[in-house]
Amino acid sequence: MAKILIPTPLRQFTGGADTVTASGATVGELMGALLAAHPDLKKNLYNDEGKLRSFVNIYVNDEDIRYLSKEESAVADSDTVSIIPSIAGGR
Amino acid sequence: MSTTLTNEEIGRYSRHLILPEVGMEGQIKLKDAKVLLVGTGGLGAPMALYLAAAGVGTIGLVDFDVVDVSNLQRQVIHGSKDVGKKKIDSAAESMLDINPTLKIVKHEVALNSENALEIVKQYDLVADGTDNFPTRYLVNDACVLLNKPNVYGSIFRFEGQASVFATEDGPCYRCLYPEPPPPGLVPSCAEGGVLGILPGVVGLIQATEVVKIILGKGETLKGRLLLYDALNMKFRELKLRRNPQCPSGRCTVVNELIDYQQFCGVVENHTEPVQSTSDLEPKQVKAMIDSGEDFILVDVREPHEHQIASIAKATLIPLGQLPNRLSELPKDAKIVCHCKSGMRSAKAVDLLKLNGYSRVQNMKGGILAWSDQIDPTVAKY
Repeated sequence: MAKILIPTPLRQFTGGADTVTASGATVGELMGALLAAHPDLKKNLYNDEGKLRSFVNIYVNDEDIRYLSKEESAVADSDTVSIIPSIAGGR
Repeated sequence: MSTTLTNEEIGRYSRHLILPEVGMEGQIKLKDAKVLLVGTGGLGAPMALYLAAAGVGTIGLVDFDVVDVSNLQRQVIHGSKDVGKKKIDSAAESMLDINPTLKIVKHEVALNSENALEIVKQYDLVADGTDNFPTRYLVNDACVLLNKPNVYGSIFRFEGQASVFATEDGPCYRCLYPEPPPPGLVPSCAEGGVLGILPGVVGLIQATEVVKIILGKGETLKGRLLLYDALNMKFRELKLRRNPQCPSGRCTVVNELIDYQQFCGVVENHTEPVQSTSDLEPKQVKAMIDSGEDFILVDVREPHEHQIASIAKATLIPLGQLPNRLSELPKDAKIVCHCKSGMRSAKAVDLLKLNGYSRVQNMKGGILAWSDQIDPTVAKY
C-alpha cells in the first residue's frame, strides 16, 4: 500500500484526511483506487476527457510523473505519492 | 554603480560585512541591486521589510490597494494607524523608517499586459507576492521575456510553495503548471483563510533567495519546488524541470504577453440574466421573515463561519455538503441561500436548480450586506 498525500484544497473530498493509502503497481492504478474510495475527487483532478488537469501535478517521491512514465509510472509500497495543485494566495 | 559604502552604512551593515559570504563586495552588490516586489500584502510585507533592512538599494513596489483592518493579521508592514491609507505609502513609510538610505519606486498600478514589461525591465529581479493566477502568469511571462529571475512564493491556509523561476537555464512557472485552474476550483485566501504567520515564513524564504541571487552565493531554489506545511511543521522539496520543448536558452512557450484575465477564464459576464431574477436584497429577505412567509433560509457557509455570525432563521448546510443533503430540502419548498458575500450561495442556487428545485433565490451580498443593511450587531469578518 503506497501512501498518497492529499493537499489542503482537496481534503474536503477525502473526508478531511491528509493521507490516504491505496494499492496499485502504477500511478494510474493507485489513482483509480483513490477515486474509487473518494469519487468526489475526480472532477478536481481529471478533465472530461479523463486527462489529468494541467494545474495538478503528481509526484512519486520527489519526481514529477511527467518525467517518469506519466500514469504508467511504477509505484512501490514504500513510495509516497503527492498531489500538488497550483495555489495562488499571497495577500 | 557604487564602489564604496559610507561610514554610516558600514556601521549599519556590520553584521553583514563580517560575513565572508557578504563582505564589502556583497554589500555593495546589494546597494546597487534593483528589486521589484509585486504586491505589498502577506508575502510582500515581510520581503519589503527585510530587504529594506538588508540594504537592497532600490526597491520597486507594485500595489494599488488600501490597507484594510483584516490585513493586519499578517501584513506586518502596515499598522492600525495605516487603515484606509494606500498600501504603497504605508509600506514605503515603514521601509524608510528602517532604512532611510533606501530608494523606493512606487508603481501604483495593477500590473497588466500593457505596463508589465516597461516596469519589470527597470529591475534586476522580481519577487512575486501576488494573490491571483492572472498576475502570477503575467509576472512569469514578463520575467521570461526579459530574462529576469522570478522569485516565487504562494500560500493557502497552512501550506506554502516557493521556488526561483525564469533564470537563464532554469524552469519557469509554466514548466510547473502549464495552465491555471478554472475560476472557482481553487479558493483564494479571502475565501479559504490563511494562517497569519504563514506568509511571513514563505515571504522570508523568498527574501532569502532574492539576497542569494544578488550576492551570487549558495544554491537557490532553481529547479526545486519547496513545500512548507505549517500545521505539521514539515518542509519537503520536489524536483522541477524545464519544459523539454525549451531545451536551452529561450522559453518556447512564452513569446509575448497575452490577455491573462481571459487565459485564466476570469472574464466577467455582465449580462448574466439568471443572477438578476434570482437575487434578493437583504431587506426583501428580512420582510419575508417578518411577515412569517413560509420559506427555508439556507446558510451555505462552513460551520466555523456560522459560529462567528449568523442569521437566526438560517439552517446551516455547507456548500460542499449540499449535494449529499438534498433530502433535507423539499423539492417544492421556497428556498433562499446566503453565504458571506453572495458568491458561494450563487453556486448553491445553481446546484439546487440543476437538481430540480424551481423556487430558489440568492440573498445578494451575503451576511456582510445583512450586517450593513439590516442588523449591525451581526459581526463582519
